[in-house]
Amino acid sequence: MPFPVITGVANVLAHAPGLVRYGSKPLRDIGRDPGLVDTLAAHLRPYQDAVDYAPNQVFIGNREPETLRTLPRPWFERADSGAPSEGAFGDFIAEPELVGLLKLCDRARLVQIDEDTLTTARQGLHRRGLVTDKEMDVLAPARQPDIDIAIERGEAIPLWLDGRVIGSMARGHEQDEALSANVLLENLAAKATGVLALRRLLRQVAPRVQPDAIDFVIAGSEEAVGDRYQRGGGNIAKAIAEAAGTTHATGFDVKSFCASTLYGVFNAAALVQAGIFARVAVVAGGSLAKLGMKYRAHLAKDMPILEDVLAGVAILVERATDAHPVVRLDAVGLHTIAAGTSQQAVLEALVMKPLGKAGYRLRDVDRYATEMHNPEVTEPAGSGDVPTANYRLIAALGAMRGDLPRDGIQEFIGTHGMPGYAPTQGHIASAVCYLAHAHRAMRAGTMKRALFMAKGSLFLGRLTDAADGISILVEA
Amino acid sequence: MKLNGKRVLVIGERDGVNAAAIEACVKSAGAEVLYAETLCFV
Repeated sequence: MPFPVITGVANVLAHAPGLVRYGSKPLRDIGRDPGLVDTLAAHLRPYQDAVDYAPNQVFIGNREPETLRTLPRPWFERADSGAPSEGAFGDFIAEPELVGLLKLCDRARLVQIDEDTLTTARQGLHRRGLVTDKEMDVLAPARQPDIDIAIERGEAIPLWLDGRVIGSMARGHEQDEALSANVLLENLAAKATGVLALRRLLRQVAPRVQPDAIDFVIAGSEEAVGDRYQRGGGNIAKAIAEAAGTTHATGFDVKSFCASTLYGVFNAAALVQAGIFARVAVVAGGSLAKLGMKYRAHLAKDMPILEDVLAGVAILVERATDAHPVVRLDAVGLHTIAAGTSQQAVLEALVMKPLGKAGYRLRDVDRYATEMHNPEVTEPAGSGDVPTANYRLIAALGAMRGDLPRDGIQEFIGTHGMPGYAPTQGHIASAVCYLAHAHRAMRAGTMKRALFMAKGSLFLGRLTDAADGISILVEA
Repeated sequence: MKLNGKRVLVIGERDGVNAAAIEACVKSAGAEVLYAETLCFV
């Protein structure tokens, strides 16, 4: 039986400077130093600056990653002036639109938004074809006194836009830490950006595929939805599927830290290959916790706070057709417990073994998608250029095995690697952000195959020292 | 650096050298590892 195919991929961004204060690192630091809020505000970018930022243009498909190689750093000073917020792969929505989506996705009636913001959100989302009048008509705006009272009573946290309070997010329970306003905002942000990605994907594949033709939805993001008795209980997949209008689908979540979304693609392809479903959508919303994660370094270098966006991806996996790239289920790279945790062991498992199974050598793969974090975000904090570090290790392993000459490492990185461009949104930066580019190139006949490799930092959960990861070979 | 007889705190990095690998190296050089943790910086 032919392998399942990837028939559509959406990459979306949402500008979220007002939510940066609720990122894990800023929130903890503001707790100790409330005056930090003003410093943060002074370093946040206006929407158009974030849209113009070349790595973001790469993410939504208006640039190829390789074009960043010739763009002098710092990239934030060399923006694509007047760049569009509509990308080939998806939209980059403004913060009022994001707030409107939060309201639209809030089934528990915990979000209050003022009338002006709701009107702006509606206009923006409607113009992009992402919402209907009918679903926006039922959203009631809140009066400012009602917003203020909930915040003053300590029952809600404020939602900010351009320095003023335009709404609030209420807690879901008086005593339940899993339902605090901050946790619920994080989960709702993941849902809203997941819905944005899935709706954008559905537009991309319409009219051939209608929403009710999606059989199953798998979510692979990093939130923990639940209450005090089942923290991380989950199934944000079904919540996203419901809000995106895929009413004939059910779904589940897949979790493995940053490798979650790629595991989702693996699961989707396996379910299609098994003949259980004809169409499975994989979706991942953004990580609010990671907003402003490295803000201290950005402030120290007097840079804008670049971690000001939430990202989302959605991928459609279907039964085989000739027109789309296949997921090579005979060459999935899996990191077994026995493999060990050293970098060499991880890369053997995720790169060399699957290539061996497929009968390929290192250079037979056109592009390797690894941890595609934007180095402009990570380097100021001393975290280095993560994708380049990974490419160097892959090439070094190749040199040890005799696939490459020892002096060919740099050339290999140049021809088979890419500059990092993804926002530091964990599971989305982990390889899957390149699926849209690879799909486009393979459809255009300019790429034969790409290997997607994602790592999951299981040890962060304190239950194991084990590493994790998965790789998938996608082929035209 | 002579590590023989020294006590060592190990911080590894997921995308670089992880704690287990550093721990194995410093132990082989005669050091005592008091703490080892791998971190992820992205």
